[in-house]
Amino acid sequence: MKQYSDLEYLQLSKGQKFGYRVTSFFAGIPKAIGRFFLGIGKGLKNAGLAVAREAKDIVQTFVQGDWKTKLSYLVMGFGCLARGQILRGLLFLLFEAVFVGYMIMAGIYWLSMLPSLGKVGPHSTYDEIYDTYTVGYGDNSFKILLYGVLTIFFIIAFIYTWRLNVKQNKIAEGILKSGKKLRSGKEDLRSMVDDKFHTTLLALPLTGILIFTVMPIVFMILVAFTNYSGANDGYINNLFHWVGMDNFNQLLSWNSGNNAYSATFGEVLSWTLIWAFFATFSNYFLGMLVAMMINKKGIHLKKLWRTILVMTIAIPQFISLLYVSKMFAKNGLINLFLLDHGLIKLGGELPFWTDPTWARVTVILINIWIGIPYLMLIATGILMNIPADLYESAKIDGANPWQQYVKITLPYMLFITGPYLLTSFIGNMNNFNVIFLLTGGGPTNSAASTAAGNVGFTDLLITWLFKITTGEQALYYMASVVGIMVFVVVGVIALIVYNVMPSVKNEEDFQ
Amino acid sequence: MANEKNSMKQHMGMRAANALSNTVIYVLLVVISVIWLLPFVFIVLQSFRMESTSQVGYVVPHVWGIGNYTNLMNTSFPRWYLNTFIMALFTAALQTVIVLCMSYTLSRFRFKLRKPLMQFMLILGFFPGMLTMIILYRVLKDLGLTQANAVPGLILVYIASSGMGYYVSKGFFDTIPKSLDEAARIDGATRAQVLYKIILPLAKPIVIYTVLTAFMGPWGDFVFARYISFGAEAGMNVAVGLNSWLSQDQIMNKYTMFCAGGVIVAIPVVILFMCLQKYYVEGVTGGAVKG
Repeated sequence: MKQYSDLEYLQLSKGQKFGYRVTSFFAGIPKAIGRFFLGIGKGLKNAGLAVAREAKDIVQTFVQGDWKTKLSYLVMGFGCLARGQILRGLLFLLFEAVFVGYMIMAGIYWLSMLPSLGKVGPHSTYDEIYDTYTVGYGDNSFKILLYGVLTIFFIIAFIYTWRLNVKQNKIAEGILKSGKKLRSGKEDLRSMVDDKFHTTLLALPLTGILIFTVMPIVFMILVAFTNYSGANDGYINNLFHWVGMDNFNQLLSWNSGNNAYSATFGEVLSWTLIWAFFATFSNYFLGMLVAMMINKKGIHLKKLWRTILVMTIAIPQFISLLYVSKMFAKNGLINLFLLDHGLIKLGGELPFWTDPTWARVTVILINIWIGIPYLMLIATGILMNIPADLYESAKIDGANPWQQYVKITLPYMLFITGPYLLTSFIGNMNNFNVIFLLTGGGPTNSAASTAAGNVGFTDLLITWLFKITTGEQALYYMASVVGIMVFVVVGVIALIVYNVMPSVKNEEDFQ
Repeated sequence: MANEKNSMKQHMGMRAANALSNTVIYVLLVVISVIWLLPFVFIVLQSFRMESTSQVGYVVPHVWGIGNYTNLMNTSFPRWYLNTFIMALFTAALQTVIVLCMSYTLSRFRFKLRKPLMQFMLILGFFPGMLTMIILYRVLKDLGLTQANAVPGLILVYIASSGMGYYVSKGFFDTIPKSLDEAARIDGATRAQVLYKIILPLAKPIVIYTVLTAFMGPWGDFVFARYISFGAEAGMNVAVGLNSWLSQDQIMNKYTMFCAGGVIVAIPVVILFMCLQKYYVEGVTGGAVKG
């Protein structure tokens, strides 16, 4: 393809610019992939260099340090204690004691079991005296995996702290050599609310994220490589073990026979993308339209219109969506009303939730009901910021309202809300509530239901994941694989959009 | 003279066109408003229907009464309501603290790991949160915080990862000039004092926005609440509980009670929302523009 210089690019029309960006993005994919792997190589090299640098520094500190420093390599915090920084020293020492204690009591056991995920499963033994079989339970694969991951996290934290301890000694030696005083425990505490205030503030939120998001996600990624399911629950029914890439093969290979996961996955994925597209853009343009109508000069009662629309935000979704879902049901308000008035015959009810196409269109329409108010609020704020003189001069030049919209309003909106469109697209891909409360994923796709969890025609990847998890077979490993797929799809979309978008905003610009 | 007349005519024409388009807009707005409000009017009307409990093909009750509301008292509904209210209170308080800590730090401090941390959280957000449900359930079960005791477990789940939702309030903090901080620092205030004495009073709108959204979260949560309460009525929130009334075998008897329950749930939330609507709008608009 043709490469433009900067000057040539600026002379292109808008459409050409966009086309150029899109084509150059796709033309650049091979290069980007190359760059990606080069980047990985470079990252590895840098990491290796960093480790070497750290190792060298650790050895150097040891060789050059005094006996207090040397002893600190074994007894963490000794240097601090010996130099009078009691608080720091005690904390280091305490951490080491806890770590060593934990590793001896439990950590080593969990680590040693991690490769096998348990050796002795549940077993029944014959009891001769009572003439019965009693079930004995062996290892617990779930706990082994969970605590194995925890132990690895703990070891990493220990190595980091140990390194910090070595660094502290080096710094303290340097300070003492130059004749200055070390910080006292009191000053340390004061720095927690002053120059180290950010660590204090972040401690609680980040701990929560680490324990309740990062670790579960690491755990679930690992589950995707095991056969953890209701039947192999790791303790009561059976142990589970590592299966390598089997689950991914099962989901993605086209010749997997009865368990046609690949076909189901393809169908669910394509509907997820179609849904996200329509849900995002129908709300976007209609919401903008409603905002423009309310904001038009000469329209009264602006506040009233807004308040009415905002009702769908204020009322919890489960009430509004469940109610509307029942309203459109086969024996719901609408069909019964039509029946009572003889507009349809018994058995000829409108198939809002039973026909695939009807169901899909109805969900998108009802989603407009839920989604427009958000867009209306956002668009109102932005529309008010468009300089009025732009419209004035457009009017003088004879532009009709449509031209004003296409040339002024729309570009302005798109520019400002570009990032929002992306997040809202991703949000819609994972819009569990609307789909699950309205249709529950139905109508059931009988062709696909041999695969896990009775997949329906309106199921998104996320509701499918939920169905797999809560289904009778509880194929947790498959749920993990689907979850990882969601991650991949979302990541790819985000990457594409960020590369094609005209401006990646610099956050410092706002400050 | 003729020219003037012409322009007068044009002016009149424009005014007529404007009046016409305004009329069209009014009609459209009325239609939209009716569509938006009808389902809610229906719920309220049907909650007063006494002659039958299943779905029917008309809206206005033949026999009016508050029986559905009084019947609610004999079910688990008060328990669900209390559960949800407790969860909402705790979530509102704790989530606000966490979100504010996170967003203020990321907006104001420049430290080495700041950018990597934000990128990491962005990527973390690409994983469906539901994936964590399986393990959280097992862990909470070991702690005894599921089923009938689901309330503390759910509070933990709601607040623990709330730091990831820092975008909107960070965008707000970004708009408060940094020179304020610097002036206070020069006067000898510690970082913590800057936060309590200077920033927080200015950040009232975003604090209210965060409290409001955090408070409304538990009323609408369905997935985690259902999975972690796992069929135990004592641990359900209103969403899960009322949803169970719409199942195949219960809807014939409980439909009108569902409507009544929905009304009771919606009233306080709507009142709160309407009172604080101004702050909500500020938050939503600001958050979207900042991206």
